Amino acid sequence: METTSTLEKTLRLIALSLVVIFFMFPIFWIFLMSFQTNETILAIPPSVIFTPTLSNYAALITGKLTTAAGTLDIAFMRNLGNSIFLSVTSVALALVLGVPAAYAFARHKFKGSEDIAFTLLSFRFAPPLLVLLPLTQYFQWLGLSDTYFGLIWVYQLICLPLILWIVRGYFEDISADVEYAYRIAGHSWFATFRKIALPLAGPGIAAAGLLAFIFAWNNFVFALVLASADKQPVTVGALAFVTSSGIQYGQIASAIVLSVTPTLALALYAQRYLVEGLSLGAVKG
Amino acid sequence: MSETALFIKGVDKFYGPIDHGVHAVKQLNMDVKKGEIIALLGSSGCGKTSTLRMVAGFEAVSRGTISMKGREVQTFAPVKRNVAMAFEGYSLYPPLTVRENIAFALKASRLSQSVVDEKVASIAKLLEIEDIMGRYPSSISGGQQQRASLGRALIRDADLHLLDEPMGQLEPQLRALLRGRIKHFIKERGLTAILVTHDQTEANALADRIAVMEGGVLQQFDTPQMIKERPANLFTGTFVGEPPMNVFSAGISGSGDTVSFGLNDGVKLDYKASDFSHEVRAELMKRSKVVLGIRPYAVRRSEGGVGAKVAVNQWLGDQTHIATDFAGGTMVLVEHDRTNLAIGENVGIRLDPSSLHVFDGDSGKAISHGQELA
Repeated sequence: METTSTLEKTLRLIALSLVVIFFMFPIFWIFLMSFQTNETILAIPPSVIFTPTLSNYAALITGKLTTAAGTLDIAFMRNLGNSIFLSVTSVALALVLGVPAAYAFARHKFKGSEDIAFTLLSFRFAPPLLVLLPLTQYFQWLGLSDTYFGLIWVYQLICLPLILWIVRGYFEDISADVEYAYRIAGHSWFATFRKIALPLAGPGIAAAGLLAFIFAWNNFVFALVLASADKQPVTVGALAFVTSSGIQYGQIASAIVLSVTPTLALALYAQRYLVEGLSLGAVKG
Repeated sequence: MSETALFIKGVDKFYGPIDHGVHAVKQLNMDVKKGEIIALLGSSGCGKTSTLRMVAGFEAVSRGTISMKGREVQTFAPVKRNVAMAFEGYSLYPPLTVRENIAFALKASRLSQSVVDEKVASIAKLLEIEDIMGRYPSSISGGQQQRASLGRALIRDADLHLLDEPMGQLEPQLRALLRGRIKHFIKERGLTAILVTHDQTEANALADRIAVMEGGVLQQFDTPQMIKERPANLFTGTFVGEPPMNVFSAGISGSGDTVSFGLNDGVKLDYKASDFSHEVRAELMKRSKVVLGIRPYAVRRSEGGVGAKVAVNQWLGDQTHIATDFAGGTMVLVEHDRTNLAIGENVGIRLDPSSLHVFDGDSGKAISHGQELA
């Protein structure tokens, strides 16, 4: 790398900048949109010069959406709260169930263990829509439609396999003898799991949890079908901006900005773990 | 000293289903007395580590019993067995320093801090790791990690110390130094230890008794001296000893006052009947095919001996290894003087009957060692 010429450096910088612009531009544009009214957004040609307005954010926070046809009630803040509640609870449940299961799959090879692990993973292969139709029926029979409990249960389809497979890879990376050494020094297997295996797999568990959180947060179709407005997350709630009198681009943009912020902040905070967890999952999976 | 610390009876280990999986340990019977050091010696995959791990409780026993202090423990969790173990892969706890790793082993014993500090310091001194006590496992060499791991096992006051290849990663000088120190440490405290090794020097130097294993079967379990002088079978004979025992298959014939071994290429070794005891002769004469074994140290050059041609002549600094073409095979001699024989030179070889080990041609079981029956 020491021999890199200035020209090479410049070219590399340009190439990287292009990539960054390509990926960041939509986000940047949405960010700009969130401070504009529908008129400036839809102006042709579009312009980056406009008088910024906070009215979009104000509408979201107060829950009053003013359109040409009158004022509509929107539940965006409630949706945001739902998103946080559903994602956090789902990931927490998936961690409680998935981490011990991952440990079991990593440490105890029994007849059919690979098949069970693979079956769990295969939940991620199936298109959600395929699962949804029968699920809707079952949920109606069971009285789980339109309940947080039902949604969190379905979200396990997203979170559990992810956590199971990533964390399992981490556990497999820990030498079993480290645990044996702890056990032989006078500790039970459960103490070993808590004191040795869990801390050593910590980064992996964090990465898996974060990924599961992002996937849960971004889910759209489960909540759209299985829950009504007051239980739906932001991904579905954003549909409310498609009104009879037009699409409220400004509010959609600010809703996107607000809903992306928590995951973005989390991802930036745990960037290192995330990359590690993703690449490890890819290799191990 | 005669109290039994460990009693292994009829133990089988299968990886996979019993009777259908890989049969790693076959019908193992062993007893270890309190205060004894035992070496499990064998090549990779001979079942020695599986045996150790069954004793520790990390591997289930497929069949048979393991008793400690008169209690059957094969179903006990490791924590209930009061054993200490040094792992081949070191297995130190990454987030702890070397000192913490070693002191950690004493945590369950609830000793006062000053006693712990004292014990840790003496172990560090013993193993020459005082200068790395504050370092983390990831920042020290394999040999240092191995000593830290050994320290973590030795510091404990356990009923049984299991050491899996405890010195494999150490430099030769350090290994020689620590062998002596560790043996002294174990003996002084009256500890009982089982060490797994593929290094026969280590086994000979440390162990009171050596268990030679091959193919999951215990071949011989005896003192180092007996294993060297009276190998129970051809495997032990050729496995233990460096350079290995010379072996030649031979036909056997005898008449009245002679015993003759017919080797390949028409080589014939004639002995007087009186060179063998009556019992040995009787056993030998029952067979037509045997395997003759002789240690390289016991082979002598002599004028008028059986003809052999020098193939290799190496001075190793303290001894000469001479390989010769003999009876269609290779006969190796070790001499303590520096000899300079030309390649291709013809020499006479004498095999003293008192140094001959005779093994059954089919089963490989020892028939006689010199004058005595096996």
